[in-house]
Amino acid sequence: MELIQQFITHNQQMIYIVILMIFVGIEIIGRVPSVLHTPLMSGANAIHGVVIIGAIIVMGKAGPTDYNALILGFLAVILGTLNVVGGFVVTDRMLEMFNKKK
Amino acid sequence: MEYSLLTMCYLIASITFILGLKMLSNPASARKGNQIAAIGMAIAIFGTIFLYEDESIKLGNYLWIFGGIAIGTIIGALAAKKVKMTDMPQMVSLFNGMGGACAALISIVEFNHLVHAYNPTDYSFFSNINGTNLLIIMAGLIIGSVSFTGSMIAWAKLDGRLQDYSFKGQHIVNILLLFAAIGLSAFVLLARPEETVLYFYIILSLSAIYGILFVMPIGGADMPVVISLLNSFTGVAAACGGFLYDNKAMMTGGILVGAAGTLLTILMCKAMNRSLTNVLIGSFGGNAASGGGAGGAQGQYKEISLSDSAVLMTYSSKVVIVPGYGLAVAQAQHACHELEKLLTEKGVQVTYAIHPVAGRMPGHMNVLLAEADVSYEKLKEMEEINDEFPSVDAVLVLGANDVVNPAAKTDPTSPIYGMPILDVELAKHVIVNKRSMKPGYAGIENDLFFRPKTSMLFGDSKKVIQDLIAEIKNL
Repeated sequence: MELIQQFITHNQQMIYIVILMIFVGIEIIGRVPSVLHTPLMSGANAIHGVVIIGAIIVMGKAGPTDYNALILGFLAVILGTLNVVGGFVVTDRMLEMFNKKK
Repeated sequence: MEYSLLTMCYLIASITFILGLKMLSNPASARKGNQIAAIGMAIAIFGTIFLYEDESIKLGNYLWIFGGIAIGTIIGALAAKKVKMTDMPQMVSLFNGMGGACAALISIVEFNHLVHAYNPTDYSFFSNINGTNLLIIMAGLIIGSVSFTGSMIAWAKLDGRLQDYSFKGQHIVNILLLFAAIGLSAFVLLARPEETVLYFYIILSLSAIYGILFVMPIGGADMPVVISLLNSFTGVAAACGGFLYDNKAMMTGGILVGAAGTLLTILMCKAMNRSLTNVLIGSFGGNAASGGGAGGAQGQYKEISLSDSAVLMTYSSKVVIVPGYGLAVAQAQHACHELEKLLTEKGVQVTYAIHPVAGRMPGHMNVLLAEADVSYEKLKEMEEINDEFPSVDAVLVLGANDVVNPAAKTDPTSPIYGMPILDVELAKHVIVNKRSMKPGYAGIENDLFFRPKTSMLFGDSKKVIQDLIAEIKNL
């Protein structure tokens, strides 16, 4: 119990963000027409590519001889970029086709 | 000073993510929403590269970072530009897996940082590791690697590289695997054993295997639900990274996608009138084999020739086209649009009936038809078109099966019982184009094919449509 209280006290801000973002996430998706499910999934997919920030930090902090971190970090940066760039470009391509009709 | 500028960057990024996702859920603003989120992402990425500092030490290894970003950008942009619209679901799954792998790699590197000073003579070493960090690292590891292997399997299955595979008692094995991974993590956290490093990699392997086995038995029809679920997993894995680095942008983005993705998953399940547990545990194929076999009253079906179909459609006043996955695989969306234009010229009123889960993802069919320049007004959603079917002269079902199966309404033993369907059987004539009499993705017999008003037109969708166009032109 003490452990949990300690955890909550130390990470208050983060826990607030988690709770609020859960509600925001649910709220803004609530009324999406099924036509947009695929682009929306793809767009959300691109947004979680934000994990690349972590990869950049890992990479940037790695010491010159820390090959483990260098190699894994480098791989993580590539994969993260793939997620971000690929995700946004694919979503844009899908939505471009919808907009042409307007 | 610079640090506060970075905080600004992250704040802007977080706002663009929320705004972007909000705009994505409205057809008029969707594209702009995606672009806004992309700009926010760029701000966050470059802000991190140039402004991030930890205890006033800036990041190094710029060559590696930019090299990695360059490689990722080139491959990602090329792949995304080149992919065919029909292969979109696989692509999303693939990119999602990349994000999951990225999160898992971050956890591995950070874990190595935690333990690299380990010295076997120092008995209290593992007990001194910060518990919160270890918890977050392991959560990121488990969720990230499940998301990675799961997405790869989903990609391979959708791409036709892997068949459905399940063995007896697989669900029990899956649950055991998951419990083993979580239980072992809890043990490491609470007991801090000497073999922490070994356990860490065992947890990694268990989660990776779980990801594979969890997606393996799930049938093609349910794949979009799984991809959406894995998408929200990766969101949560990204949020774990945010927790670890006390990074608000990662946190907001990750949790936002985690929550929105979960809701989207539930919405997709609702469109199929099934619960999430049912999708994940009640392996579709398995049930169908028994249910379909017993209820599958085999009857006589009749075939229709191309010229008869052409005549029937040309002299109808109202034709409805029901596109399904078969149309997508055959890349027949352009031919289909041509057929529609030709019929319209002949004075036939043509509309498309779009089932919410037609294709491989909800909305997939709309994207495909939009690619072929089909006008938006011609696409009718299920609720809208279902009342019109009795007045329709001919329905052309192109590679769709389960979404027009009347068993969903009449047969309580059918695995798809309760799923809303397109009531094509109410129309005066139904022409069903399929490659063969083989059942659809759900593996269930379709009683519609044996009804007196139904005629079968066998062949590859694209070929059949092109031949139909030629026939109609000759009339």
